[in-house]
Amino acid sequence: MSFLYAKRYPLYAKEQLMLGLGIAKGMIVTLKQFIESYTKKGSIFTVQYPEERKPIAEAFRNFPILVYDETPEDPRCVACDICAKECPPKCITIVRDRDEQGRGLQKPKLFDIDVSVCMSCGICEEVCPFDAIYMDKEFELSAYNRMHSLNFHQEQLLRPNSYFHKIRPTDAAQIDAKRKEKEKAKNTQPGTTA
Amino acid sequence: MERQETALDTQMLEVNIGPQHPSTHGVFRMNVTLDGETVVRLKPAMGYLHRNHEKIAEGASYLASMPFTDRLDYICSMTNNLAYAIAVEKLAGIPVTERAQYIRIIMAELTRLINHTLLVGFLLNDLGAFFTPTLYAFREREKILDVFEAVSGARMMCNYMRFGGVKADLTPESLIKIKEIVANYPRFLDEFEKLLTENEILMSRCQRVGILSKALAVNASVTGPMLRATGVDYDIRKVDGYSIYPRFKFRVPLGTVGDVYDRYYIRILEMRESIKILEQAIKEMPAGEALDKKAQAMAKSPRTFRPPKGDTYGRIESPKGELGFYLVSDGSSNPYRYHVRPPSFVNLTILEDMCLGHKVADAIIILGSIDIVLGEVDR
Repeated sequence: MSFLYAKRYPLYAKEQLMLGLGIAKGMIVTLKQFIESYTKKGSIFTVQYPEERKPIAEAFRNFPILVYDETPEDPRCVACDICAKECPPKCITIVRDRDEQGRGLQKPKLFDIDVSVCMSCGICEEVCPFDAIYMDKEFELSAYNRMHSLNFHQEQLLRPNSYFHKIRPTDAAQIDAKRKEKEKAKNTQPGTTA
Repeated sequence: MERQETALDTQMLEVNIGPQHPSTHGVFRMNVTLDGETVVRLKPAMGYLHRNHEKIAEGASYLASMPFTDRLDYICSMTNNLAYAIAVEKLAGIPVTERAQYIRIIMAELTRLINHTLLVGFLLNDLGAFFTPTLYAFREREKILDVFEAVSGARMMCNYMRFGGVKADLTPESLIKIKEIVANYPRFLDEFEKLLTENEILMSRCQRVGILSKALAVNASVTGPMLRATGVDYDIRKVDGYSIYPRFKFRVPLGTVGDVYDRYYIRILEMRESIKILEQAIKEMPAGEALDKKAQAMAKSPRTFRPPKGDTYGRIESPKGELGFYLVSDGSSNPYRYHVRPPSFVNLTILEDMCLGHKVADAIIILGSIDIVLGEVDR
């Protein structure tokens, strides 16, 4: 039999004596919970937030940051605009930097993320081919002004690689290994030996 | 409906319940005409939370709609993801890895646990049992949300499924946590039932209230626990056998009367069946990849994913009913037409039929028993 019928409890309320036994049973449950909240460890789920904090999972994501290796003037981001195009709510604005002759440089002049629009989906991190953009864990971002304070500029977004290692150790280690391998492959390319 | 002959001289009174009213579960308005306290006419007004989801999806790549589906039914984002992923996989013929199938089932059933637990809690809130059952429900939900956070990165807006698998593999630590939850859940349900099922107030308030007939339920294309509470054996997990559901042994709970009490009790029974599915899925889960190389490359560059021309309708049994996505592809990187068939919206259409002749207070619990989420009703 692939289905079962819901067993109707002592038929209908109107057809049975209403002695309040069900309520009494329920009260025992609430009483048990009440006592357990004082005696049993781990039965209280709430924490006193600003003083007490729950550990955050490593996968937890909030808003994006930009990662740089050595100096903030030389970010990993090459202003390829892929994340801005794939961003579902379109909250990323990128303008490529140019030198005096007007040639495009491999870094952004302007990189804005409007975190009041961002929906923390993490797609920018997934599509970035240069391992430049990652999701941060910082969530205490209240501000007085919603137009300017929540539109994060490049300077606010840039973080060193060490910070990324701090927030997501296993992911960062994997990505560093991958990058090193790529670098090695680049250096041993046939063109350089000639 | 005819006016009742009473000793008191009563007057028709039109009342707007909502759009911002705690019992309407969101921004939903009920335009109720009352004769004394009896409901004579009820017109639901929706659309306050319309966010243009379908049109936005038509301008975005296929993957970019995935995080938006989280926001449809924000209590069960995992099943929304699953429904959309299944629709796109059907459209483009993408195979799903074995391990990912199992992870998907686990997540979908955990979502069902969340939804039904929460619904029962809120139903009791509507009945006037302020917060005790709701907070017990929230406590259990919290444990599952912690797992979702560890696995997908977000508690509610998971954005976890990808075409061809899932975004991140289930770590052994998360699996242990899930095992713990599944092992402890029956105990919580027993306790929850002890608190509620035989409660006299709950029985007298819910039994024979808001009866939905089989014929009307089928005619109005009501699905999910609402339909099964009337006694119609229709569960898409059994009917379609999508994903890998045919591999699991579980039964479909059916109601006999179709009143609010049946709808409450069906959900409790469904949770028990979900636990059975979860136990089997955890036991049988194979090792392997959560997302194969090809699917990974596809997730890396969503714009290059162009399904062939054609249309498809993918549906699943979401905790609220049949959740379907209708997609038309014109061969480009974004869908030509994208339509959502939301269960709460369709189930809401018979609200008036169930409420007529009942008191206002009953209309509130009938609405609560339908289990609507306004994010999904209005899209």
